Parts: sequence; C-alpha cells; structure tokens
Amino acid sequence: MKTIADAAGVGRPRYSAAVRVSTLFVAIAVFCLAFADIAITTLDPWSEMQRMLLGVVTPDFFAVEAIGTAVVQTISFALVGVALAAFFGIILAQFFHIGPVRWACAIARSIHELFWALIFLQMFGLSPLTGVLAIAIPYAGICAKVYAETLDETPAAALNALPAGVSTISAFFFVRLPDAWAHIKNYTLYRFECGLRSSAVLGFVGLPTLGYYLQTAFSEGNYSEAAAQLIMFYVIIASLRLWMKPKLVGLYLLVAPFLLGGASQIRWDNVVRFVTEDIVPAPLRNADLLDPQAWSAFGDWLMMMLGDQALPGIVATVVLTQIALVATAFLTLAFFPLISTKFFGRFGRGVGHLFLVVMRSTPEFILVYIFLQLWGPSMLPAIVALALHNGAIIGHLLGRYSDEIRLRPDSASGFNLYAFEVVPRMYGQFLAYLFYRWEIIMRETAILGVLGIATLGFYIDSALADIRLDRVMLLLLVTALLNLGIDSLSRRIRAGLRLSTRIDSCRD
Amino acid sequence: MMTRILRRLTTLLAAALVAAPVVAADTFVFTAIPDQDEARLMERFSKVATYLSDQLGIEVKYVPVKSYAAAVTAFRNDQVQLAWFGGLSGVRARLLVDGSEAIAQGVEDPNFQTYFIAHSSTGLKESKDFPKEIAGMTFTFGSKGSTSGRLMPEYHIREQFGKKPDEVFSKVGFSGNHSKTVALVQSGAYQVGATNFKVWKRELAEGKIDPSKLSIIWKTPGYPDYQWTIRGDVDARFGAGFKDKVQAALLDMKDPDLLASFPRKGFIAATNSDFQPILDTARELKLVD
Repeated sequence: MKTIADAAGVGRPRYSAAVRVSTLFVAIAVFCLAFADIAITTLDPWSEMQRMLLGVVTPDFFAVEAIGTAVVQTISFALVGVALAAFFGIILAQFFHIGPVRWACAIARSIHELFWALIFLQMFGLSPLTGVLAIAIPYAGICAKVYAETLDETPAAALNALPAGVSTISAFFFVRLPDAWAHIKNYTLYRFECGLRSSAVLGFVGLPTLGYYLQTAFSEGNYSEAAAQLIMFYVIIASLRLWMKPKLVGLYLLVAPFLLGGASQIRWDNVVRFVTEDIVPAPLRNADLLDPQAWSAFGDWLMMMLGDQALPGIVATVVLTQIALVATAFLTLAFFPLISTKFFGRFGRGVGHLFLVVMRSTPEFILVYIFLQLWGPSMLPAIVALALHNGAIIGHLLGRYSDEIRLRPDSASGFNLYAFEVVPRMYGQFLAYLFYRWEIIMRETAILGVLGIATLGFYIDSALADIRLDRVMLLLLVTALLNLGIDSLSRRIRAGLRLSTRIDSCRD
Repeated sequence: MMTRILRRLTTLLAAALVAAPVVAADTFVFTAIPDQDEARLMERFSKVATYLSDQLGIEVKYVPVKSYAAAVTAFRNDQVQLAWFGGLSGVRARLLVDGSEAIAQGVEDPNFQTYFIAHSSTGLKESKDFPKEIAGMTFTFGSKGSTSGRLMPEYHIREQFGKKPDEVFSKVGFSGNHSKTVALVQSGAYQVGATNFKVWKRELAEGKIDPSKLSIIWKTPGYPDYQWTIRGDVDARFGAGFKDKVQAALLDMKDPDLLASFPRKGFIAATNSDFQPILDTARELKLVD
C-alpha cells in the first residue's frame, strides 16, 4: 500500500539534525543510567530532610562568631582572585592568537578551582596565596578567552580609520578597548559572582571562607547554623550590584589583600621540592634516567595508574556527566516558564525568580554535599544537584530569551503555546546553552569524587591522602585532557548544528 | 532586640576587621588529624595550646585542618612543628621529614582497637571470630588516611577474605571521620563500618549511639596508634633542649579535664620504632611506598 509519504519520496519522516542529536544524547543517558548507582541508601532520609527544613526556617546567625570573618574573607578571596584573573586575562588576550598561549589557557580552565587549591596546598600550605591562585589561574584562562573573543568582534571600521604610525598599544587603549568595554565590564562582574561561589567552596579544603564553616555545620547536623551561612551567601550575591560599584572597586582592591587572613610563611624549598621531586613519577624519582629498568618500572606504573584508576575514573565521570546533562535539559524546560512573561503573572514569576536565584547561587559542590547527607552515597545526589544548579542557570537565560519572542495576536496559550511554539522556536538556543554547560558539568563531576562518588576526583583524593603527588598530577592531566576532549566535541557539535557560538554568561 | 542585633553586628564587623591573625615567626604551631567532630577538636586543642604555652613560655597555636593528608602536609612543610597523629599519618609524616620523632602517646595507644559495627537490620551480633557474614554488605571506612578507620580494618578484611575490600563488599565508602562512620551506620547508609574504639565509647556514653540500631560485631586485636610527633629541627629554631621540654610538658599533662577531652588516662613516652608494625602493615597494603 502506498502512503502519501512514499509517493512524495520521503520514505519515513526526516527529523532535523537538532532532534537527532537530542535523541542520541537522551539514548546515551538512558544507557548510562543502566550502569549508574542511583540508590537512596539512608534508611530514613525524610527525618533528616525535616531537620534540614527546620534549620532553614530557624536560621541561627549568631551560632558562629566567625561568620563575619568568613563572609569578609569569602569576598576578599574572590576579589583578589578575580582581579588578578582579569588583569592577566586582558594581557593574555593580546596574545591569544598564539597557539601555546591558547593551549595553556585551555588547560588552566579545564582544571577545577578546588583541584588547583589542592595543588597549591602542597606548595604553600594554608596561606592566602593558595586560595588566590586557585581562583586566579583557571579564571585567567577563561577571561583571556572571552576577552579575546570580545575584542575580536569589535567593529573593524574604527581601527581601519586610524592614521598610519599609531602604536598597537594606543590603538588598544583608545580604540579596541572602549568598544568592547561595556561587554568586558559585564563579563568581569559575572566572573566575580562565580568567584564568590568558588571562594566559598574553597573552604571545604581548609581555607577560611564560608565553605569551611558550612561543612562543619552540615557534617555535625547544625542545620540552623548552616542555613544562616547559606542565607548570608545569597544576600551577598543578590546584593552584588548594589555594592559592587565601579567607583568602589579600587577601594575594595586596596583593602581586600589585607583581609585574606592566616598569614603562614611560604617557604620556597617546599615549592622547589614539589616541582623537582614530589611530582616526578615514583619509579623515576632518584633513578638513573639512562637505566632501562627505571623506564620499564615507569611503564608498569603508568599501566597500573591508567588501568586501575584513570579508566574506571573516566568511565564514572562520563556516565555521571551524560546523565546529569540530560537531566539538566529536562529541568531547564521545566524551569524557564517560571520566569517567562508568557506563562506566569507577576507573583508567579517572583516566586520563580527566587527559586532560580537560590538554585544557581548555591555552588553545585555544596548542593551535592547537602543531598549526599540526605540520601547517602550514590550518583543520585550528584545528578539531582547538577541538574538543579545547571537547569536553574540555563532556565534563567532561556526565560529571559523567551520574553523577547514576538507572538502573533492569535497564538495559542498555556501548554499549546509552550510545546508548539515557544520551545520549538527556542530549541537552537536551548541546545547551544546546554552544550556550553556540558564541559562545565564534566569539570564539576570530576571534582565531586572528593565527596566520595567514584569519579576521577575520587582517585585524585585517594592519591592525595597517600601523599602520592606524582599520581595526583597524572590523574589531573587525564582529567584536563578529558575535559579538553569534551570541549572540542561540544564545539564541533555546535558548529555542525550551526548553533550560535557565543554565550558568555552561560560559561562558568 | 534591635539594639542587641546591632551590637552583635558591630562585634561581627569588628571581628572581621581584625580578621588577619598573623602568626609571629616564633610561634610554636601544632595541628591534629581531624578524626572526629570539629567542635570537639577545637575545644580539646585550644586547651592543649593554652597548657603548652604556659609550660613552654612561648606562644603556642593550634591550627585546625580539614583532612589527614593536610595535617601531614602542614607538618612536612614546617607550617606546624608538632602534631597529634594517628599511627599511619605519623608514620607517613616521619618518612617525609628527616629527623622527626614520635615523643609521646596516650597510655591506651600502644594497645588501640578498631570496632567493626553493624546496623541492627543486618541481624549481626558480637562474636569472638571475624564476622565473615559481612561479605556482600555495604561497608564504610573512616578517613582514607586513618589507622583505626582504614589501615587496620582493611588489613583484617584482606587477611580474612584474601581479597580487596571493594571485591568483598557490595559498596565501600570513606565516611571521613569516626563520628561520621558511627552516624552513617546508625542511619543505615552503610550496613557495616569500622571505627575507633575510643570514639565509640565516648559517643555511647554521650547517648549518641542508639543500641537498638547499632552494635559492635567484632573487635580487632590491639595495635599502636595515636602519638605526638615533633619535627627534628625545633631545637635549632626554638633553642637547645626545646624538644625535650615539649616532651616533658606532654608527659606531665595531669589535668583530668584536659586528659578527658582526648580521652586518655595520661601520656607516656614513645619512639619511632613503636610504630614499626604500622609501617609494615601500610607497606603490605601498598599505602606507603
């Protein structure tokens, strides 16, 4: 029997590339789900959740005398770190066309701030420099890239109009920078907000920021205290635009370095030892490099590391990332209408905004930590936390984007409007945001190993516990390469789907 | 009400402004492995700092750290000169710092024990023999770098089953510290766990353990554990005989309140060789090269 479709030579319905890619990713996630451990292992998660909720409604702002100090130091680390990152970012952006500069920046940003902190802890201990560099280095890599792209996109007309003989430096300060300034300023402010999150999380490895007290409070079940600290953190972020005035930045930057606290001495022999001994693979340390035996021992070491640790770590990291990515996609589609003028009134949107702000302001590391306390160790807490956090970020962007869509006067409303007009019209943008977050989700997934989920971070944490820094460095390298791989794959998919290539505020 | 809040806020602000407590060069700094609840550690070691400061006549400061490895690293990097280590962390620290010495241990430490504990839903009861029934259950250690929470229980598990823990159990976790191990097994997050007998006894006395949910199922034979370890270069930095003074001060700790906070009956002298069994076990499990 011939159908109309056959007659038209179509055979079977041809889906668009975007739909095919989406289906593929969903299929991969479902496949991964079969291998993922997503059990709730606590016997009575609800009683713990009730205690947490009770804590939320009875925040205790005076439980920790040090909370003021923690807030000041959280802000100070973020300020100093991001300022350095912006300064070096703008310099590196000038040389971004040079391959090695670009690669170095890519590697710097492929390693999570907490991992950087763990490296610097070995060299500088709990000195403020550890926290500052942990933020400044990866952020400089990100800033360099974004600044370079921004500067490249400034209109060429003004530059062409310059008379001959104007130096590159003058051209930069008087022509290229002014054009890109508004964008760079906005992006740097956004980076600072991310910096506050990173700074807070650094407390988990012992720096004196909010995370330090937050972890203590959570692990001991003092939820009123934990709630107070989280609320302080939301207030800082929500009021950011009120106190982060251009005129005050200079003053802040003058004061911040003196508020970083705990000045333990830095000893250079520790730094030298780290670079020349600690990170040299054990079989080659103190060995004769011409001795083939040393190299064969190194080969065994490498095979052991890659086979026993890197490989299972990579598998778990990828499995968790793919599931979290698709979960993020679904939550995004559920979240964005909450703040869209097309679907909710003023009150509904207000509630939606509050929810999304809280979800995206809470560092995902802390969200995972909270859910781990509730449900016990498995991939489930990580999936839910990553999806909530990333879903809130993309949902927020998509919600704003949806407000700009012009509808015909006779368009449908409610669910029909959502499913048959708004979502299809925004689908490209939606995928673009998701693919940007893909790499970020993976970076975050790797670090979650520190909390006990068997991703790459778990093996890195174990090597650190044994003070085997050679293993730490090898596993970090593997993590960085995996991340670079995902980044390049994501770029290829975006190019293949012709998705817009620039969305700054979606990067983290 | 309002004025009270305002006053508190002013205090907070003032605290924030003097936030940078700079450590003077001649301050004697020590740390301890974070083996249990932080509030408790802070309470215990600030008392110790005051005590040592009185005895030694110089400023003594306690620096809290977030992990066992951070304690070892701080000791290695000379950011602390003295540490209250467990058996394994002490062995690691002394391997990394030439000339460092174990100088004191608790009266109970030469004969320390790990308790294997289980949730009541497993139906397991205390026995003299190693409970082989735990195979296939979920199991949590303490910190990855702990002697009583990791090294010794792993040693016994491998010895009994001839397999690695992740091959014996359906799931293996690292709770982070002993208090957490007790809490996780009590909540049922893990069926079985291994914890430090001192922490167990105290939590039991404090009523944090519900005997209807949680019980001891096996006690390991004794082994050497906690000790105070000091860097070899302290005499050069703080004056000749400083190490002996620190040791004397630790051995002389008689304040019942201070001792109860550890909890130890008292302190006795220790030497590096006391911990040879721990080093041998760690090498056997390939936790130390």
